[in-house]
Formats: sequence, structure tokens, C-alpha cells
Amino acid sequence: MPNLKDLKNRIASVKSTRKITKAMQMVAAAKLRRAQDAAEASRPYTERFNAVMAGLAASVGGSDSAPKLLSGTGSDQVQLLIVMTAERGLCGGFNGNIAKLAKIHAQKLLAAGKTVKVFTVGKKGRDAIKRDLASHFIGHVDMTDVKRVGYANAQGIAKDVLGRFDAGEFDVATIFFSRFENVVTQHPTAQQIIPAKFKMADDAEATLYDYEPGEEEILADLLPRGVATAMFSALLENAASEQGARMSAMDNATRNAGDMIDKLTIEYNRSRQAVITNELIEIISGAEAL
Amino acid sequence: MANLQFDLVSPERRLASVEASQVQIPGADGDMTAMADHAPTITTLRPGVLRVVHGGGTDEYIVSGGFAEITATGVSVLAEQALPRSEFTQEVYSRMLAAAREAHGQAKEVFKNEHGPVDDAAKLLADMVAIGGHIGLTAND
Repeated sequence: MPNLKDLKNRIASVKSTRKITKAMQMVAAAKLRRAQDAAEASRPYTERFNAVMAGLAASVGGSDSAPKLLSGTGSDQVQLLIVMTAERGLCGGFNGNIAKLAKIHAQKLLAAGKTVKVFTVGKKGRDAIKRDLASHFIGHVDMTDVKRVGYANAQGIAKDVLGRFDAGEFDVATIFFSRFENVVTQHPTAQQIIPAKFKMADDAEATLYDYEPGEEEILADLLPRGVATAMFSALLENAASEQGARMSAMDNATRNAGDMIDKLTIEYNRSRQAVITNELIEIISGAEAL
Repeated sequence: MANLQFDLVSPERRLASVEASQVQIPGADGDMTAMADHAPTITTLRPGVLRVVHGGGTDEYIVSGGFAEITATGVSVLAEQALPRSEFTQEVYSRMLAAAREAHGQAKEVFKNEHGPVDDAAKLLADMVAIGGHIGLTAND
């Protein structure tokens, strides 16, 4: 049986762990609200944008002169996986799940004889990818200094990726991120962004628009923005998911610490009682011996 | 006179959603004013001043590009970057101008033998300089 002092120290240490996890949970809760607000604020733009793009893509997409960002390069040999994760850990399975999805995807592509290149956003994803797919790793964007994800960040990443596309480094790009559903559920998601795919809304009214300048010019202008927009909403979803995952992970940790403290306290009280009983027995038997 | 619904959204937030009588849009091919029952049009924007006339007066926004969707009943402007005129200070302007200059400089270096991208960047820069003239800020070199 561990002695009393050890037990006391352990209880103290678990208590301070609980304090930390509790604090982290509350911080995550506050950040989650902000991240959710940001995600919500970006939604009108994204929805409108996709609706317009879907209309444009439907009318221009079929022609031979459609931009490469929409119609593809005609091959799907070189695949770029853009893995977007958090900069920090301690958020449950959040980073792991995204990395796992990307790895499974990469293995499938490799088995099919494709060339795989991996680009990471966020330190945790890079660490996970470097372990298994180091030879496919081509670039990384560091977001450590970014406190609040802005559209400029997404533009920066998009510019990098588009530069590589123009240089012919890959044919198909897919982003991996976690879609935020609620605090306990986040879905790791893969979304193809190059060539772009736009879903027609079901209730899309078939308005015939005049395009100024021409449809193709507008499309050529908007497609790179579409990449940035997709990145931006992925970053925002990720930010919300990260905080949600951290919140529930820290909630669990706090509860576990509480359980552990209870158990240790019972053990502590028992051993204390045992020590007292022992002492009493010694005194009584000493007195009887006289 | 019939009104139209005006929405201005940027990726980061919704800036305005009001009922307006007319909206002046800095289109890529020239300015245009949209009023109710305008033919459905989609146009890209150049950096410029967006003017919204509504019951309570006239609002002005500085947009840096994006596109506008005009229908008979509404105008939605999806701007890449947009600021109310009052928040558009010399400091912000200088920063945007510097970014445009840098992009122009880069385009000149990267695309030495292609005119397209360089001209685009030059146009962007010229548009940015023109904004300053419109709203009384200096494009100090």
C-alpha cells in the first residue's frame, strides 16, 4: 500500500491537472463561440458564390475552352492532397482523424498507381504525415502565428496551390478537413477543389443572366477565387471543429480527473484509518502486556 | 418607385442588407447603376466605390474586387474585400495600394514575355490609384 504522503501528493497533482483541463475547456468554449460566429458569417458569401459558379459552370463547363481549373488537365495521374489540421494538440481525435482519412486516401491512390503529393496546413498534420508519407511531402503552410483565420490566409494558401497547378505540378487537388456538426460530432471530410465541382442547388431557378464581361472571362476570374473560398470555409470549419473537439476532450479529461480524485481520496482515507488502527492496536497491546 | 433588395457580403462578414432604390456598381467593364427591374446580370467588379441610395440616404463602400449579381428584385455584391467609406482611412488605402504595387512588380518580373497578367496587375493598380482620387485620399508614391 502506498504511504500517506505519496497519496497526498498524487491527489494534489491530479487536482491541479483537473484545474488545467477545466480552464482549457472553458477557453475552448469561448473560442468555439467565436469560431462558430465566423463560420456563420462566411456562409452567405460561400452559398451565393457557389450558386453563381454552379450556374456558370453548367453553361460553360461543356465547351472545350473551359478553364483548366474547371475541366481538369485531362488526367488524374498526379494527385495533391491538402491536409488541413490544427496547430495544437490536446483536442481528442481531431488531428488524428483528418490525418487518418488522408492516409487512407493516399494509400488507395498509391495502390491505383497514381502519384501522390501531400501539402499540409497546420503543424499537427505535418507531423502525422511526415511519419508515413515523408517521401510524398512537398510543402507546408505554418499557421502558428494566426490568431484568427482571415480570408487573407486562405488567399495565401490558394495562391501557393494555384501557382503549383499552373506550373503543372499536379492534376487533381483534394482538401482534407473536419466539418463541424456540433460540439461532439465533427466529420473528417475530403473535398475535391481542383478541378472544381459545383453542386447545383435543387431549387435553382433557371434565371438567364447577362454576363459582363463574357461568361468565360468571369469564370476565369472567379475560379481562382473559388479555390480561396473553398479553403476559407474549410479553415473556418476546421477552427470550429478543433475547438469543439478540444472542448469535449477536455470535458472528458476533467471528469476523469474528478473520478480519479475520488478514488484516490477513498484510498487515502482508508490508509489513514489503517494507520490509526495500527497505532491503537500497538498502544492497547502495549497496555495489556503491562 | 419600386425598391430592390441590396446585399453586400464579403467572405468574412455580411456588411449590408437594406432595401435600396438604386445601386451604383463599379463593374469591370464600366460603372453601372442598377434599379428595380434591371435585367438579370452578373458582372465582375474592379476596385472602386459602391454607392447605395436608400430611404435613409446614400451609403458608400469601397470594394476591392469580386462580383455582383443583379436581378429584377435585388442586387447582391460579393466583394473580396469591402469596407464602409468611413472605415476606409488613408492607412488602409496605403496598405492596399502597396499590395497592388507589389503585385504589379511581381507580375512584371514573373511574366516578362506575357502581357496579360502584367496588364491586369497594372489595371488593378490604376484602379486603386483612381479610388484615391474619388474619395480624396492621396496615392503618395
